[in-house]
Amino acid sequence: MALSPGSFRTPRAQVRGLGAAKHGAGHWVSERLGAIALVPLVLWAVYSALRLASIDYASTVRWIHNPLNAVLVVLLLAVGFMHMCSGLRVVIEDYFPNPLGRSALLAINVFVCALGGALAIFSILRVALVGI
Amino acid sequence: MTEATPGLRARPLSPHMQVWRWHLTMLTSILHRATGVALYGGALILAGWAIALASGPANYLFFMTLLGSPLGRVVMFGLTLSIFYHLANGIRHLVWDAGAGLDIKTANLTGAAVIAFSVAATVVVWVIAFMMGAL
Repeated sequence: MALSPGSFRTPRAQVRGLGAAKHGAGHWVSERLGAIALVPLVLWAVYSALRLASIDYASTVRWIHNPLNAVLVVLLLAVGFMHMCSGLRVVIEDYFPNPLGRSALLAINVFVCALGGALAIFSILRVALVGI
Repeated sequence: MTEATPGLRARPLSPHMQVWRWHLTMLTSILHRATGVALYGGALILAGWAIALASGPANYLFFMTLLGSPLGRVVMFGLTLSIFYHLANGIRHLVWDAGAGLDIKTANLTGAAVIAFSVAATVVVWVIAFMMGAL
């Protein structure tokens, strides 16, 4: 009965030609790539936080003036905020079955991540490029 | 749940949360999600740090004083624990994604290792912070 042997799709789904949008694997891979990138970034961030905790404002600004530090903070923010956005999305989808409430929370999640990430990255770039 | 339709056998329902005996892999799974949500707040604190830095010395000092307060330290300690846990258990998940370490014995072993690592790494980081005069 199966139209193509070895396929996981039902015969009806194959006949109708509907189903997955073929983006699932790419989405899955991009989530893992983000997670892999965060391993060294987070270890560097913990090391940096230890240094930054005991220095004053001017020294912190000088630390951001170092291009490597500025780029790594921006990368940490960009990849981290994307990772937490897709992570909380799954949490919301799991616990909020009501379509309206779920949609609202999913939208708020995206807005919070986008706004927080953009503000933080802009702040770092401003300190790095313009100085205070 | 719903009444069984006449003619259909009663279907087994999935056991409710309370009837499960707690086991390690269940704990590590719940903790991964809990620490992930906690780190959402941590990332917003990081964003707050960047914004405070860009808005001048007075605001930065205020922000760092907030982080250094007793409540701020409790939050930062919890975030340190969360980041190391989520990091180590995230690597465990990546290994699972590659198809390895999925048998119960290995999963229990790596779960215990993840908890031990996150506690040890947190203690080490806070001892270093104390020795560097950051506390």
